[in-house]
Amino acid sequence: MDDYILEMRGITKTFPGVTALSDVNFAVRRGEIHAICGENGAGKSTLMKVLSGVHATGEYDGEIIYDGEPVRFSGIRDSENVGIVIIHQELALVPYLSIAENIFLGNERRGRSGLIDWNRTNAEAARLLAEVGLDENVVTPVGQLGVGKQQLVEIAKALSKDVRLLILDEPTAALNDNDSAHLLGLLRRLKERGITSIMISHKLNEIMSIADRTTILRDGRTVETIDMRDPDATQDRIIRGMVGRPIESFYPERESHPGEEVLRVEDWTVWHPTQDRKVVDGASFTVRAGEVVGIAGLMGAGRTELAMSIFGRSYGRNISGRLYVRGKPVKARTVAEAIEAGIAYATEDRKRYGLNLIDDVRHNVSAAGLRKLAKRGWVNGNEEIKVAEESRRSLNIKAPSVMSVVGKLSGGNQQKVVLSKWLFTDPDVLILDEPTRGIDVGAKYEIYQIINRLVAQGKAVLVISSELPELLGICDRIYTLSAGRITGEVPVAEATQENLMALMTMERESAA
Amino acid sequence: MTRTAPPQETAPEGATTSAALHTGTSNVRELLTRNLRQSGIYVAFVAIIALFAILTGGVSLSPINITNIILQYSYILVLAIGMVIVIIAGHIDLSVGSVVALTGAIAAVLVIQQGLPWWVGILAALAAGVVIGAWHGFWVAYVGIPAFIVTLAGMLLFRGLTQQVLGNISLSPFPSEYQLVATGFINGLLGGPGYDVFTLVVAAIGVVGYAVASYRTRLARITYQQPVESFPLFVARILLVGLVVMYFAWQIANARGLPVVLIILGALVLIYGVLTRRSVFGRQVYAIGGNLAAATLSGVKVRAVNFWIFVNMGVLAAIAGIIFSSRSNGAQPGAGNMFELDAIAAAFIGGAAVTGGVGTVVGAVVGGLIMAVMSNGMQLMGIEQPIQSVVKGIVLLLAVAFDIYNKRRAGSSR
Repeated sequence: MDDYILEMRGITKTFPGVTALSDVNFAVRRGEIHAICGENGAGKSTLMKVLSGVHATGEYDGEIIYDGEPVRFSGIRDSENVGIVIIHQELALVPYLSIAENIFLGNERRGRSGLIDWNRTNAEAARLLAEVGLDENVVTPVGQLGVGKQQLVEIAKALSKDVRLLILDEPTAALNDNDSAHLLGLLRRLKERGITSIMISHKLNEIMSIADRTTILRDGRTVETIDMRDPDATQDRIIRGMVGRPIESFYPERESHPGEEVLRVEDWTVWHPTQDRKVVDGASFTVRAGEVVGIAGLMGAGRTELAMSIFGRSYGRNISGRLYVRGKPVKARTVAEAIEAGIAYATEDRKRYGLNLIDDVRHNVSAAGLRKLAKRGWVNGNEEIKVAEESRRSLNIKAPSVMSVVGKLSGGNQQKVVLSKWLFTDPDVLILDEPTRGIDVGAKYEIYQIINRLVAQGKAVLVISSELPELLGICDRIYTLSAGRITGEVPVAEATQENLMALMTMERESAA
Repeated sequence: MTRTAPPQETAPEGATTSAALHTGTSNVRELLTRNLRQSGIYVAFVAIIALFAILTGGVSLSPINITNIILQYSYILVLAIGMVIVIIAGHIDLSVGSVVALTGAIAAVLVIQQGLPWWVGILAALAAGVVIGAWHGFWVAYVGIPAFIVTLAGMLLFRGLTQQVLGNISLSPFPSEYQLVATGFINGLLGGPGYDVFTLVVAAIGVVGYAVASYRTRLARITYQQPVESFPLFVARILLVGLVVMYFAWQIANARGLPVVLIILGALVLIYGVLTRRSVFGRQVYAIGGNLAAATLSGVKVRAVNFWIFVNMGVLAAIAGIIFSSRSNGAQPGAGNMFELDAIAAAFIGGAAVTGGVGTVVGAVVGGLIMAVMSNGMQLMGIEQPIQSVVKGIVLLLAVAFDIYNKRRAGSSR
């Protein structure tokens, strides 16, 4: 007989006009690591909100059995009281408070007087940090830590609440390979201590390596739960389950015909905006028409900083170096000048830097190229609708209309809106920073197809990505970046994950 | 890495749903829920008018009283137009009351003390508005100090300068030409038995213009296959607006004719309504308020836009200053006190979001009118000033609570 810590039976949750979950059954064994995967909008987050009490009992149909007994949660507090803790994708830490203060936020360690017992707080925090393997002083403000370390603080916070069932929503989405590996190792250690984990993830190789079982959701229904020891438990099977059709390849085919040089960057050096150090150091590279060029680098290597400094000096200070578009030297001191020069930059963080989430598709698509729609400062609204409609069709943006608010679209469709915005400026060179981050397999494939279409039209595309297989799958050439320096240039035919990783981790000859 | 055949044709599901939704017309309920934030304000406006009409036994809707409301609150509405633009961009302006006082004082000193022609006073006041706006804009846009602080400083600064300019005494009276701005009427141009035909003609032109513009927008939407309201609903909306406008025009025509300030106000609403919705500048204001970082990375010249937003606010504050000094027939050191709060309240009642990125000029004007009708109604009922203040405070609070409630509902239905 299986020993289940959690069973969710016949969960149905509807919102006005949409059925988010329809008769979902989901069971988690005590002490296992259970992965949940599914395309965006499949209902993963809603299911976890039902479980953690964000959607209270009564707002959904079905029942939740926890530890053999039916439970009724009316809020997050209730679920935390029985040891269910959820860690959201967007971390919920206060940047200006210390690690210890964050860990015990809302759960403060008090002395007899009712005031906070700082010695106890800091001592317990230090013990929890040791458990999660984070070597930091507990009084360090959380804002000074990188995302990977912040994730560990979140887990320490969960441990402080005597967690028994830990839910992680895409915990590694924003982490580099090292941090991801560390986090997965931690989950294994927690498992040995008897803590059960549920992990929502898009990264199939991660699921393959860590999950005991995997449940696949599609369109608000459970497709199947796979035991990962089963020899049939392959990535292909998971993908088939997620998208409801077989994908024979992650990456669409493309014939490569590089033309003339479109972008040339020479000896590009960028200083950190506040600290006294170089973030990009003497980088030189080129991108040709009809070519997809990748930039591979670990977090902190200066990939985004390189791209943004080129794009109208949006990052850094004391920028030096030479920039040529189609052989002509370009100044591009502001974003407007960069756009004018034919450069476009689609950000890695579309919600913060890419979109006006409270506005509609139409206005977001036209945001960067508004002047093309305007005469003497007046926007032609009809033409604008036409442009947005064309984008919606050609990029297959799934939105009820171009008047739909962008914040309500799924990640993949939001990304297509960002791409539409930049395509409308008709750039010569398109810099795509993590173009497929946080979007599902089907939408990724569509993004790759769009990239292929662009290079077929003779555009030059520069792709920055943390996922090496993605770069290997779509690029013609790959530059590696390490600590702000370009450490290698590898044609895709010669590139492997191993040789790229070696170049990406190459030490600089002189210390900063 | 191998690149093999692509998968089968992607996403037939997306294609069918969008095609189905695409040309459909929306019904009343959908229209109301979709635009609840906006439509709620109009419903509230009508309800408040009706409420005070009943409470005052119809006096509040009398020709004279309607004219009075327009004359009495016009300067708040002018300020609300500028303020909503400031708020959409994510700023605030606390200084407008002091700017109203200073611009009025400058006009008074030139016209009353120095004996210069009335139009010199008006031009000088407008010029002062530009300079003051540029001053705020410089600190907000180019130095990067939050507008709250800059305009708080401006509130003290320009109040002090007002007292300095006036030597801390009141100046009065203005020549009659200057007084006409706020107290003048255009009537009798076309005669009329007991009512002013000219007023009715102007209103009728306005209504027809509105109908034609709405119809053209509708046709364009259909051409571009965008969802539109059903035709009967469309006609009903036009008729309703037309009836309401003509009713108020009829009442005004039966009083003293078309007030000059109403013409100024109408022109400003029209200009700024179009400016915010149709101009590149207007759209960039919304973009900055909606997501500053995204706007910056889309090539919006954020500094320049912020600068001009404050210059614009300065000009509108100067117009309000001219109207106010004209109405009060002089300049006082304490003029315009607390006007900024009325203007801010009007913008928020009118649906502007505290976080920026949302709001409309028409909404702000209706928000200002809601406050005007309430104040006026309570005065007619003989309710004391302190109680009026309490009621206005509660209405502001409820309006913003309604806004937040809406947002939460929208957020949870994802």
